[in-house]
Amino acid sequence: METTIDQKYTSKDFTSNQEVRWCPGCDDYVILRTMQKVLPEMGVAKENVVFVSGIGCSSRFPYYMETYGIHSIHGRAPGIATGVKLANPNLSVWIATGDGDAMAIGGNHFIHVLRRNIDLNIILFNNEIYGLTKGQFSPTSLIGQKTKSSPYGNTQPPFSPGELALGAQARFFARVVGNSPKEMGQIFIEAHQFKGTSLIEVLQNCVIFNDGCYDQISDKEVKEDKQIFLEHGKPMIFGKNRDKGLVLNGLKLEVVTIGENGITQEDILIHNAKEKDTTLHHMLIKLEYPLATGVIRSFDDVTLEEREAALTAQVKANSPFTKTDDLFFSGETYEVK
Amino acid sequence: MIIDKLKPQLDSKPEILEAVVIRFVGDSGDGMQLTGTQFSDTSAMFGNDIATFPNYPAEIRAPQGSLYGVSGFQVHIGSVEVSTPGDNLDLLVAMNPAALKTNLYALKPGHTIIVDSDSFSKKNLEKAEYTTNPLEDGSLENYRIIEVDMTSLTREALKDIEGLDNKIITRSKNMFALGMIYWMYNRSTEHTVEFLNKKFKATPNLIEANTKVLNAGYYYAETLELMPNSYSISPAKMPAGTYRIIMGNTATAWGFLAAAEKSGLELFLGSYPITPATDILHELVKHKHFGVKAFQAEDEIAGVTSAIGAAFAGDLAITTTSGPGLALKGEAIGLAVMTELPLVIVDVQRGGPSTGLPTKTEQSDLLQAMYGRNGESPVIVLAASTPANCFNFAYEAARLALEHMTPVILLTDGYIANGSAPWKIKTVAEMPAIKNNKITEVKENWHSYDRDATTLARNWAVPGTLGLEHRIGGLEKDSVTGNISYDAVNHEKMTTIRSEKIKRVQFNIPDLETEFAQEGDLLVIGWGGTYGSLHSAVKQINMEGYKNIGYAHFNYINPLPKNTGEILSKFKKIVVCELNSGQFASVLKINFDTFEFLQFNKIQGLPFGSNDLIRKFKELV
Repeated sequence: METTIDQKYTSKDFTSNQEVRWCPGCDDYVILRTMQKVLPEMGVAKENVVFVSGIGCSSRFPYYMETYGIHSIHGRAPGIATGVKLANPNLSVWIATGDGDAMAIGGNHFIHVLRRNIDLNIILFNNEIYGLTKGQFSPTSLIGQKTKSSPYGNTQPPFSPGELALGAQARFFARVVGNSPKEMGQIFIEAHQFKGTSLIEVLQNCVIFNDGCYDQISDKEVKEDKQIFLEHGKPMIFGKNRDKGLVLNGLKLEVVTIGENGITQEDILIHNAKEKDTTLHHMLIKLEYPLATGVIRSFDDVTLEEREAALTAQVKANSPFTKTDDLFFSGETYEVK
Repeated sequence: MIIDKLKPQLDSKPEILEAVVIRFVGDSGDGMQLTGTQFSDTSAMFGNDIATFPNYPAEIRAPQGSLYGVSGFQVHIGSVEVSTPGDNLDLLVAMNPAALKTNLYALKPGHTIIVDSDSFSKKNLEKAEYTTNPLEDGSLENYRIIEVDMTSLTREALKDIEGLDNKIITRSKNMFALGMIYWMYNRSTEHTVEFLNKKFKATPNLIEANTKVLNAGYYYAETLELMPNSYSISPAKMPAGTYRIIMGNTATAWGFLAAAEKSGLELFLGSYPITPATDILHELVKHKHFGVKAFQAEDEIAGVTSAIGAAFAGDLAITTTSGPGLALKGEAIGLAVMTELPLVIVDVQRGGPSTGLPTKTEQSDLLQAMYGRNGESPVIVLAASTPANCFNFAYEAARLALEHMTPVILLTDGYIANGSAPWKIKTVAEMPAIKNNKITEVKENWHSYDRDATTLARNWAVPGTLGLEHRIGGLEKDSVTGNISYDAVNHEKMTTIRSEKIKRVQFNIPDLETEFAQEGDLLVIGWGGTYGSLHSAVKQINMEGYKNIGYAHFNYINPLPKNTGEILSKFKKIVVCELNSGQFASVLKINFDTFEFLQFNKIQGLPFGSNDLIRKFKELV
């Protein structure tokens, strides 16, 4: 269990002395600053925070955080983070990863870490492109997308990270757009508080190789009309004028306007992130208009380390062994004189 | 009932033997592993030295009576030191025609076969691809055959016990064979009776049935006048102490338990099932009472990366695998080299490349252990040489990893991992101390790559320590600050430091020792799991009068013991014997280019045979 403390930190306490080397204008800066800003609000001791990453632009993240950190190898951050957390469950463990790192080379670890529900947090920087290797298509690139490795257009259909995660039994899934630091900060705090594996997909612009990939949903002018920010227990309402909402029509979500065709606020669905059944969460993840952001799923479940701790306590209570010598001399031994 | 093809010996005094090799073979379901284990345990408790080797089919449940479904267990017991499960058999116990057919090749001419003659039915003979019955066609003329209607005798012995179905009755016949062998070798049935009482605690009629059949076999052998003779093997002269029989993989697991307790660290295992290493995982998952964290990962890579994470967080971290798994772990081991974290990787070698021969032994991962990573990434490489000393070398691997802040690859192999032998139990108190490089104090101007001046080991600041927050990773680090550095001169400096750090381990390991001749005409060199066969071959040739042959066995592969060159220089010829095509020989050539290294190699998935070795050694002197 992670312990909380009273110590008051500021974002400076979490800023390392390393020069940040991302491209100017990259959304990675927003994620970094947001993390440094909200970590003091989480009430966790600085020495108990560990950032783990794989390879890619996003994976430089640990170097910029004045906490413990390990920048590992491509795709393997979930394995490293699992070892860190199982070795010391008192640590607050974060993974910084990208769409290539998590879903291509690290796909196997990505699904298994979600399945096991270890209490750690994964920030998935999804820019639908490989940045560090200079512009090849990734597992989230769109069909037809022209990249260095698909000059005539990408032919490989993309993953939907949220759907993949739910298929892998994810208990916590949130989505946020890279230019929404306020919402992002709120989600980071909720992810930290959630006991289990939290996955946060950040839709993040790559200014060099995939510039403007999310403009249609993230531009200031269209943001409120194109996105719905979901909050547990609150009605699914969006739009500049807060007059649009979601209702269920048969097996589909439908956008309605409050005040039109006899629709009132009471008709609008209430978001239940804590529901075990994933049906509605799936629908929200797949929705193209509006794009669902916020904490879409947050289902409380037993964590792996809780199960392990309970089992260990039980075995210890019933074991005749306290030291290894007890084991070595147990059972069939014999004397040679 | 009993056809003694050789002339019966009428001497009633038990014949005293130095050592005897027995193989129990039957169908997978005949209980041969159990029979063999019981016989070897009883003999060990009697005071014999023992070495055993199970040999079972890769198929989990092969069809009854088939040639490829034969399961065997070989045991070598002696009143003298026994270092291998033995080459040629003195006694073969075959429970069906398929077992006889597949194992007869190993029996010494003139020696004894015990068969269950009931099983030599037309159907079973066909399954074993016999066109005529070998018990009748004279093809076994050169052996002493003891035919016993074991199935019917077992049935007869059990006729008064209620509630036994046919299956249970047939399955008990292994106890009949065991009882006979106990009488033949002058062993008491007591240990097995105790075992049966424990095993079938919940089903008293099975205790009764098995005990009855065991005794029936024992008395049967005793009463039969035609039984040729009985053998006696006196207790071996072994150092006084408390012993137990241990399998190599269990000994490896226990070595890590001891190292964790001694070092005061928690033990973390990240592992993925792979033959023949999985038994280490099976053993360590049992020991949650010692706080062992055994994590079965989704693949080999997650096995090693979780261990690296645990090492970063301050645990004694290990990962276990075989050759194909070591290949998958290569990149991550490089990360542990770069981040200079303590990590033990166990490779229980098997025949390769690729899937190769999963259940057979080989020493062909040596160069993979030495060099199988990108960049220049030296690690410590150790090799255990007997089932029992897997304990010592697992412990040693943990000690060196912690004291030198580096990955250590421990090589064992399928042969010693599955074999068992007596182990003089070590207490944790008598094991050498283990230091580690953990720091908790915050010093001014501290850097994560500050080193011990003697060993060059980096200090180990673990998460949770206030004031020592730092970042490590796979990118090259500045030799002073530990920050990312692309500086050319710094990279060369760090490469040299990583190499020098491993070289200095020489001063923390014992010197190489020579057995038999200390100087002379021929030095026999071996490493790892071939100790048993090489040692007994050199011993035998020495007893034959070849006092000019010495033997040096390597457990420390990288770095090599510091007196290696000195020992090499004391012999006219050097022959390196290994179960590959010359990997250790090439390591020695690189290090000592003024010597000529002759080679003796075998790549058949099998251990060396004494006769081949002795022939070769004689040829060389």
